[in-house]
Amino acid sequence: MANTQSMCTTFMKELMLGQHQFGTSTLTSRTSLTAPTTDTFKAAMYFVSATINASTTAYSATGEVTNTSGAGYTAGGLTVTNATAPLSTNTTATAGVAYWTPSASFVWTALTITTAFDSVLIYNSTQSNKAVSVHTFGSQTITSGTFTLTMPANDTTNALLRLSTT
Amino acid sequence: MLITTTKGDMEESLLEKREGSVDNDNEMTTWVEYWHEGELVHRSAHVTLKQPVTFGDGVAAALG
Repeated sequence: MANTQSMCTTFMKELMLGQHQFGTSTLTSRTSLTAPTTDTFKAAMYFVSATINASTTAYSATGEVTNTSGAGYTAGGLTVTNATAPLSTNTTATAGVAYWTPSASFVWTALTITTAFDSVLIYNSTQSNKAVSVHTFGSQTITSGTFTLTMPANDTTNALLRLSTT
Repeated sequence: MLITTTKGDMEESLLEKREGSVDNDNEMTTWVEYWHEGELVHRSAHVTLKQPVTFGDGVAAALG
C-alpha cells in the first residue's frame, strides 16, 4: 500500500456538476437562493501505510493519522483557509490554466505522531466530504513538536491545484 | 530558550540539537530534533510543497 499524489478523479467530474466552490463566496448557494456560501475544505493526514490516490472519492478515517500521545491532531484534520478565489489565465489562443491554492499553511502544534506519515488529503467537508486531491511528501514523524505544511506559490505553474487546457 | 519536549519544557542548552533538510522537485523540507540522554524528546518538521497536481498537461491526451 502507498499514497500517491494526484487530483482525485471524482473531483474532476464534480467540478462539472458544480459541487465544489473555492474561495470567497460568489455562487448562489445550492441550499439557499439568497445567501451565497462557500464550501469548507479540510486537510487530513495519512500514515505511510494508507492507500489514498486518484481513486479516493471521499475522506475516510481508514489510515488517517492518530495521536501517539496528546491531542495535537483531530480526526478529520484541520480547516483549510479558503480565502482566495480560483484564478485563470490564457497564455495563447488555445492554452490556458485555472488554479487555486489555500491561502495559509496547514499547521499542527503540540503534536506527537511517531508512526510515519507522508500525505495529506484535501476534501470538501460541506459536500459530503468529497475528495479533492492527494499531496505527498517524504515520510515524517513528530515528537512534542510542530508540523507545518506550507503551500506553493499561487501562480500558473506552482499552484496546488491546476486545470490546464494543454 | 525553552524547548517543548516529551519531558516538559527544557532549556535548549541541556539538549543535543540535530537538524536536516531535503530539497527535491516535490518538496523543500526542514526538520529539527532535540535529544536528551540518547532519547528523542522533540521533533518538528516544516514541509513546503512544490509540485502541483494538474489535470491537463498530457493527462487529457493519455485518457484518449
